[in-house]
Amino acid sequence: MSTLHTVNKSPFERGSLASALAHALPGDAVLLIEDAVVGVRAGETAAAQALKAAMPGCAIHVLGPDLAARGIAADGVVDGVTIVDYGGFVDLAAAHDKVQAWL
Amino acid sequence: MEDLGGLVVKFAVVVNEGPYTHQASDTAYQFTKSALDKGHEIFRVFFYHDGVNNATRLTVPPQDERNVQKNWSELAEKHSLDMVVCIAAAQRRGILDADEAKRHGKGDGSANIAPGFRISGLGQLIEAGIQADRLVVFGD
Repeated sequence: MSTLHTVNKSPFERGSLASALAHALPGDAVLLIEDAVVGVRAGETAAAQALKAAMPGCAIHVLGPDLAARGIAADGVVDGVTIVDYGGFVDLAAAHDKVQAWL
Repeated sequence: MEDLGGLVVKFAVVVNEGPYTHQASDTAYQFTKSALDKGHEIFRVFFYHDGVNNATRLTVPPQDERNVQKNWSELAEKHSLDMVVCIAAAQRRGILDADEAKRHGKGDGSANIAPGFRISGLGQLIEAGIQADRLVVFGD
């Protein structure tokens, strides 16, 4: 049993990414969409550190079209984060038993 | 993650946010379209809370801009989607079909539900949660 967690708000605005990461179990995945994609920018931000700390057990993905819409380059994301398109979002939703939206 | 090997998944989609508010309706649309393109099944799209505002045929966005309502209606027509609008949320926000307009004495021609949408109750959301393999929620 695994869960795909979706987060759609910036970690600089709300605590939903932190909540998702705190609840994600080994084998789960987190997908950052919409404004949440600003959290994957590489750097010394708390969000980037939290993603790096979560990644050994939990796969982190980000929606590419939303990154592009916000002018964030693909090579500017935290190492290990996978960029997916909408088809990849569907694949992730299909591959996990449940989808939990952290609205 | 498991390799699905071409397995068809039955999705249900919930839209809790109106058009042109933030991004949830757009993301839900792209997800639904992508799932259909990949050969998956969409059991139902349920519009709840401000999401019911996606279902008014009276929106007239600028011609060079995406038309959120029309996108949904066209997707529904192409794929015979079941798009359900929550009745209580719809009545609060002035989304009426012909029967509801008549029942509330709103006059002829005041029905504004867009093609492809139908008004029904929360039971349809519960059923979608039971019948679908995955319930995917989009909102704000």
